[in-house]
Amino acid sequence: MPSNKSVSDAPIVQFTNCRILRDHQLQREDLWVREGKILNPEKLFFDEKGSADVQLDCKDSIIAPGFIDVQINGGFGVDFSLATDDFKSGIDLVSQKILSHGVTSFCPTLVTSPPSVYHQVLPQITVRNGGAHGAGILGAHLEGPFISKEKKGAHPEHCLRTFEAGAFQDLLATYGSLDCVQIVTLAPEMRRSSEVIQELTKRGICVSLGHSVANLSQAEEAVQHGATFITHLFNAMLPFHHRDPGIVGLLTSDKIPAGRRVFYGMISDGIHTNPAALRIAHRAHPKGLVLVTDAIAGMGLAPGRHTLGQQVVEIDGLNTYIAGTKTLSGSVATMDTCVRHFQEATGCSVETALEAASLHPAQLLGIEHKKGTLNYDSDADFLMLNDNLYVQATYIAGEEVWRQDASGM
Amino acid sequence: MKLIILENYSQASEWAAKYIRNRIVQFGPGPGRFFTLGLPTGLPRDHPESYHSFMWNNFFKHIDISPENVHILDGNAPDLQAECDAFEEKIKAAGGIELFVGGIGPDGHIAFNEPGSSLVSRTRVKTLAMDTILANARFFDGDLSKVPTMALTVGVGTVMDAREVMILITGAHKAFALYKAIEDGVNHMWTVSAFQQHPNTVFVCDEDATLELKVKTVKYFKGLMLVHNKLVEPLYSMKEMGAERNQSKKPYSD
Repeated sequence: MPSNKSVSDAPIVQFTNCRILRDHQLQREDLWVREGKILNPEKLFFDEKGSADVQLDCKDSIIAPGFIDVQINGGFGVDFSLATDDFKSGIDLVSQKILSHGVTSFCPTLVTSPPSVYHQVLPQITVRNGGAHGAGILGAHLEGPFISKEKKGAHPEHCLRTFEAGAFQDLLATYGSLDCVQIVTLAPEMRRSSEVIQELTKRGICVSLGHSVANLSQAEEAVQHGATFITHLFNAMLPFHHRDPGIVGLLTSDKIPAGRRVFYGMISDGIHTNPAALRIAHRAHPKGLVLVTDAIAGMGLAPGRHTLGQQVVEIDGLNTYIAGTKTLSGSVATMDTCVRHFQEATGCSVETALEAASLHPAQLLGIEHKKGTLNYDSDADFLMLNDNLYVQATYIAGEEVWRQDASGM
Repeated sequence: MKLIILENYSQASEWAAKYIRNRIVQFGPGPGRFFTLGLPTGLPRDHPESYHSFMWNNFFKHIDISPENVHILDGNAPDLQAECDAFEEKIKAAGGIELFVGGIGPDGHIAFNEPGSSLVSRTRVKTLAMDTILANARFFDGDLSKVPTMALTVGVGTVMDAREVMILITGAHKAFALYKAIEDGVNHMWTVSAFQQHPNTVFVCDEDATLELKVKTVKYFKGLMLVHNKLVEPLYSMKEMGAERNQSKKPYSD
């Protein structure tokens, strides 16, 4: 075998007989990987005179970038909003289990909780790369407590707070530390939200609007101050009204600053949003759609009662309600289910469905130069899927971390 | 000369591909025994549509060639003439070109050997004719001032040294050049005509490219297609071992 020594001695793997998602299209191309990154084979050939050390036949699979879930509250009995002694092993368990759903990076999400929970839990969440141990952690998503009472959904009312007294300092005191926080969801109609949004944006934290009764101009003002995301569109916000579209109106607002895009999360489990509403949002602003699971502790477990932060919820099939009520509280859908459902409900192309769970969340978090695509020099986090978008294998940094075995486990 | 006339571009391409395949298989290449395929040169390296990208995407990435066995003239070399001389040496070292495959320009040029090029020229730096610059403008956003005016090219003499030459000519705009190449005399204004003096040339063309030829010429060569088609049928495969390959007929020369 000729030497590939001019740049690196590391082995080069060539994935052949596959269709890769690149430049928004499925192309018949081989995928080359070296040292955990996607390699440019043309440069390898001409500049290094190198070639593959290992060739793997992918049996005509689709290869797509790994899914990124920016809103997941727990799963498999683990609740990220519960400060338990074995929190660390809980987060490890979830990060390992979601590999089979095609998720290679995620933002563990905490619902509205008392400050003590944040102070205990947040220091135990570390931003880290994924691998055989589990999906990578991009940072925490703090959904609340600075949200609206009228749209609290499943969040506990007694923990809701405002920051009208000390603005950003109040927020910092509540959370304790923002070191590994990636996203904060808040209600922009709250007094002094503009200052808070600006401070958070300055620190590179993505601000999301949700659980709010804001009207469109309040939402637009929040965007102008730096907000870039909408938490589970349609849910926990005022419904679309033709004379005041509310937060939903951001999808087609003309007041978005130039060069910026507003992204919006959608839980496409078939329950949180009627497929017709999903189609309306998708058609209005296809490039902003980010698929999220909003999965709770009961995801992956049998039907019955489970906790979600300070509340008790009841699972019945794919439906999750606050015990004894009809208030939806998170979902038990998995990311790959959401991708498939999204594709069926909207009739969109396979490429669009896959990008909604990979490229768009990466763009939201400003990390698309290394995640969410199969471009050269990106992190080699990818999935092998069959034509029906069932995940067959998951790879992180070029290493296989999960494979569907014959028994379908 | 063998003149192979097919109905259209696709059929001409397919015939040529099958012929090249059979030639490679019958040659029986292996370690140290190279089937040296010669191809004409193209655009400068650092252009996004560069010849390197073109060759990678259309050829190299689909086959199992070792990168060390690929030699492309480097237009960014510090000493261009030395680069050309070294290229000639590399051809000799590989045992000479077994088969050179090229097309012709509407002005009858082979590689970048524009009208007026010496018919015994070697690999060198060549100024490009206006026709060629205009044709390449599309790779430089239509801006003529950005198109390189010089290129490195194999010479007519270099190609004449190949053991076999295949020229692909399709389209009505090449018809006059084909006429000049095969029905008129050897002339340095139509450098492809030099191959009238090569012992082993194949011209593969489509109907449109024959529009300027005598009816007599076209009928004669079409009549020979039954014989010529034996060069592509049966189609040989590298996996066939031993007796069958040894029995296969070597392509005859005329």
